[in-house]
Amino acid sequence: MRAPRKRIIAIAAGVTLLAGAMYLGVMHTHGRWVGVDENVVEKFSRQAGRPAQKPLINTDQGDLLLFVFLLGGTAGGFVLGYYFRSLFGSKEQKKNAPDA
Amino acid sequence: MTKRSNNVGATPNAGATAKWASFARAAVCWRQGTAARTTLSRGTQSCRGTRSPMVAAAGVIALLLAQPAQAMHISEGILPPQWAGLWFAASAPFVIWGVLAIRRRRARQSKYMPMLAMVGAAVFLISCMPIPVPLAGSCSHPCGTGLAAVLVGPAASIIVATIALAFQALFMAHGGLSTLGANIFTMGVLGSLVGWSAFQIVRRLTGSILLGAFAAGLLSDWATYAGTSFILALGLHGQESVWSLFQMISLAFMPTQVPLGVLEGVLTAMAYVFVSRRRPELLLSPDAPQGAEP
Repeated sequence: MRAPRKRIIAIAAGVTLLAGAMYLGVMHTHGRWVGVDENVVEKFSRQAGRPAQKPLINTDQGDLLLFVFLLGGTAGGFVLGYYFRSLFGSKEQKKNAPDA
Repeated sequence: MTKRSNNVGATPNAGATAKWASFARAAVCWRQGTAARTTLSRGTQSCRGTRSPMVAAAGVIALLLAQPAQAMHISEGILPPQWAGLWFAASAPFVIWGVLAIRRRRARQSKYMPMLAMVGAAVFLISCMPIPVPLAGSCSHPCGTGLAAVLVGPAASIIVATIALAFQALFMAHGGLSTLGANIFTMGVLGSLVGWSAFQIVRRLTGSILLGAFAAGLLSDWATYAGTSFILALGLHGQESVWSLFQMISLAFMPTQVPLGVLEGVLTAMAYVFVSRRRPELLLSPDAPQGAEP
């Protein structure tokens, strides 16, 4: 199955735009891209003498946190997609609906 | 996902948000004419006055379990135990209200639980998704509670936020168990109630659900971070005034949260309009009191 040429051009343009935006964003700012938790919440808490503590289950170790976020994202995405489909139906179901 | 270090603001490349925080502090002190008093107290004063033995015991356990490090939302151990306990107590009635509202609505509407599960998954994903803001050079996350409030009602939205925050605190080093009450109050209670109220007011004033949903997303995000600033200021102000610390923290959040709030408003408006066109029967009646009834 060949994708229409217009769609390929649109995807290529989208990827190029995204890469350009990422390049401009990452290369031309001096930020370290830390979260506001560190830049704001923990900064003020350290100044007040109450630094943040390790969580009870500390998954912020090496790539473990990436794994946990991936797991959470996968599970959340699955639940979201499953119930979205059951509530809103797929494109085929919409096409085949009697009142469509 | 960014690795976090403990010397934020100590290097010349500390990021625009850190610079903004310093600028905010200087601006507030300049307004007050108190440049010499910019150093916060060491927090000993805010630890006094623990009245409840239960709260004190819970605080001691939390402190014994924890060691210095870092997390997200209001991180573990930042709030003094009495404040952490207070925010649990403040959030509890709203959580009970949410549970009762879900029970009532589940009995009346068969598709409510799938809708709630879908919205819950969306809030979980949205609230642990760091989005880079090039203007600020830092990352933050939207809250999703404005969207949840307009889709399933503010009471159910509080439960959705509570579950998402509990998962994040337990498994994702994101927030903390001792600060869960405070995070529920800001993201769950404030975010949901402000989002729902903004939706109602703007929809009635303009007659547009698009604008109403946009306002819900925008204002719920900003209210959440304003609430976080207030809670931090209350817990950490020491000898400084609560108001001046609140101003400094709020101003430090601004470069990141102002654009993210706009983004959250746009996402909320798009999602609400989509659902209202495809399955309007799933939505609350816009005039339902407190969003508890279909």
